[in-house]
Amino acid sequence: MDIDLSQFSQVFFEESIEGLAIMESELLKLDVATPDPETINTIFRAAHSIKGGSATFGFTQVANYTHLLETLLDEIRDGRRQMQPEHVDILLLSVDLLRGMFEALMSQAEFNDPKLPELELRLNHTLANQPTQAQSASTPSASTATQSTASCWQIDFKAGADIMRCGNDPMLMFAELASKGPLTAELLPVSFPVWDDFDPEACYLHWRLALITDEPLAKLKEVFEWVEDECEISYNQAEAAPAAELAIPEQAQPPQPEVDMAVSAPEVIALVPEVPASPSDKAVASQKQSAAAKSGESSSIRVSTEKIDMLINMVGELVITQAMLGQIGQQDEINQESLLLLQQGLEQLASHTRDLQESVMQIRMLPISFAFNRFPRLVRDIGQQLGKKVELILKGEDTELDKTVLEKIVDPMVHLVRNSLDHGLESPEVRLAQGKPETGTIMLNAYHQGGCIIIEIADDGAGLNTGKILQKARQKGLVGPDEELSEDAIHQLIFKPGFSTADAVSDLSGRGVGMDVVKRNIHELNGSIELKSDAGKGSRFTIRLPLTLAILDGQLVRIGKHIYVVPLVSIYESLQVPTNRINRLSDGHELIRLRDEYLPVIKMYREFNHDADAREIKDGLVMVVDHNNEKTGLLVDELLAQQQVVIKSLEENYTRIPGISGATILGDGTVALIIDVAGLVKLAGIGSSNEHAA
Amino acid sequence: MADISIEQVKQGNQQYLSFIMANEEYGVDILSVQEIRGWEPTTVLPNAPDYVKGVINLRGTIVPIIDLRQKFGIKTLEYGATTVVIVVKVTMDETQKVIGIVVDAVSDVFSIEEEEIRRAPDFGHGTDLRFIKGLANVQDKMVILLEINRLLGSAILPDPETLNRIIGNLEQQSQVMTA
Repeated sequence: MDIDLSQFSQVFFEESIEGLAIMESELLKLDVATPDPETINTIFRAAHSIKGGSATFGFTQVANYTHLLETLLDEIRDGRRQMQPEHVDILLLSVDLLRGMFEALMSQAEFNDPKLPELELRLNHTLANQPTQAQSASTPSASTATQSTASCWQIDFKAGADIMRCGNDPMLMFAELASKGPLTAELLPVSFPVWDDFDPEACYLHWRLALITDEPLAKLKEVFEWVEDECEISYNQAEAAPAAELAIPEQAQPPQPEVDMAVSAPEVIALVPEVPASPSDKAVASQKQSAAAKSGESSSIRVSTEKIDMLINMVGELVITQAMLGQIGQQDEINQESLLLLQQGLEQLASHTRDLQESVMQIRMLPISFAFNRFPRLVRDIGQQLGKKVELILKGEDTELDKTVLEKIVDPMVHLVRNSLDHGLESPEVRLAQGKPETGTIMLNAYHQGGCIIIEIADDGAGLNTGKILQKARQKGLVGPDEELSEDAIHQLIFKPGFSTADAVSDLSGRGVGMDVVKRNIHELNGSIELKSDAGKGSRFTIRLPLTLAILDGQLVRIGKHIYVVPLVSIYESLQVPTNRINRLSDGHELIRLRDEYLPVIKMYREFNHDADAREIKDGLVMVVDHNNEKTGLLVDELLAQQQVVIKSLEENYTRIPGISGATILGDGTVALIIDVAGLVKLAGIGSSNEHAA
Repeated sequence: MADISIEQVKQGNQQYLSFIMANEEYGVDILSVQEIRGWEPTTVLPNAPDYVKGVINLRGTIVPIIDLRQKFGIKTLEYGATTVVIVVKVTMDETQKVIGIVVDAVSDVFSIEEEEIRRAPDFGHGTDLRFIKGLANVQDKMVILLEINRLLGSAILPDPETLNRIIGNLEQQSQVMTA
């Protein structure tokens, strides 16, 4: 029977990527000098599950590679090998490599990372370097009789048709093999003859055996001595590096009659055709799911059964309420009593609907640990690279937020953490000289506040160097030569496009992604970012985000008979501008003076091709909005209510409209469009000539 | 409405919903029709071509409404209680979109066999035949069968005039700023 395994591969990918995340986080936790056996076990199990799964699904490359990992881990687990820091390095690099492999598999692309052979070589080298195994490494040929440690044999056994008739039972032979070491047997697909030619006494079977034993080959051959002539038997102590053909039972591959010792590599590792990981292993791996970081934007979501149960309960309640209302509806007449019941029922219905909506939203909520979990690794790698000692503290990892927000906040966070490491934290010597502890601290903290989630990224480094920033800003002409700025205003400068205080373009800084991009990304999520910095004590970035992208706080505005929603986070203030504060440039563009700033004003009715009551600035209201830290005024007729709106897609059935980010449905059932401030500013052409400079 | 027999379905007859516009009868594949509604006020979209009347809320989904008369360049009628909106599902770029079209009145449902459909004569440059699947004769009336996917696929692009205005605007502004 053919089972299409591909339908399960998506789940396998997800599980494997989770497994990799587990491996990574456990590896980072690991104390190399005194490794906790449970931690190593966890890492081993994750690797084992990935190997087993990939072998089942026919992902040879992954299976071969993870096999090497597994061998190494197994030796460490059994205490045969002392854990070394370099092992952690290799394993972490392997996690990255495997991630790449899975990404390639998921996008059905070829995986051609030059790191693969390189790491494979390193792994093999490490494995071969065990003192107890050095012997066998130096004797690569058939002299395996001297081999003292266990090795793994792959034996292809194709029984001759007459084997049973001669009184030989393969099972007995296998049993004997099993007495020499752990044995797995796999029946390869066989082709039976058509019914007419079928001989019930003949044997048509073909096994592939994997045996781990320290017995020499000669001893293994002894087992099959009696049937050698009539059966096709091949012995492989499989080679590790180009192992593609050997590792996985490939159905088309003819059994090799020769004893294939000559090609065996000096390495002691051999490849075992792996039986799928046992269910219990997989269960352990998926229980650890909470520790897993999702990579990339996968379209599916794993939901805890608790949340599903809650939904089912809620729907149950809803059905009961519906039945109750239905009963009232069947009564012949409505009296005082039934009216009361009806009211109660409707109230219940309303509350259930609200609960249901909340629970459905909950499904999209994931703990922020999914984002946080990549940081230990990042901090470790960059810290090592920069020669800085860093301790990373994670707080509020259970705080939940919407999946889409979570996915989009990771990049800005990575940038901020990298910044803290690179610019914020001083080198150990400097820190000691300043009387600070040698090890710097970076703290990530997440918590809920109102309808928002707050993410803080704080370090105890040097803080922002205001003098340097100001100097740089003067150089770039962002600040006039004599202009004095408050400390806070200076801090804000780092969010300007094209601004970098790094003296030189390093590996980490100056790679094009500036703080302006961070700020823009956060703004795109309808969030905001604040910065507090104390010279010598450190800096703290506070990101405030809506819990979900589906709902936003909006200000309803009217232009003529059209109603638009402006996201509340982009609004600074709204005001009526007296005529004496309106200036006109020679080209007819109008500016308003607001305290010490001159702001351009976008006449929304003109950009949107609408009629409006107020065609001149003095007749209407100017709403000051923020776009990339640039303030711009929007001319509107009237401010209406502020309310939370549910965002609906316009593109789903229509197309993108410049200046509009989506639509929402108002209380009366009509549609209102949501203003995309950045898009509107662009549509009006403001700052478009600056765009290239940034 | 015409009877639908299993026989007809078996023969692979396609059913069409026909509607009237300026005394002509048009037909669209009935499988693409989701529902038929009355006219309701729409939310006007900024810078949309004039035949895009705006969007409505269709049970939580935002659905654009297109005036087919305007799209065809026929003089428009005053909308009223009898104005009909046919909500159709069309496939564009491999995604399915729901769009409402405003027509004068819904007429009939009928089946047509593939071989009964005649090609529309080519009148030259003025007519755009890509939107017309063919012509059919139903009870001595000519029905113009529309290729709704192509028709509406092209409908939601902003018209050249608007596009030019936006682009011109952007260019002009950037010139001013650099000057």
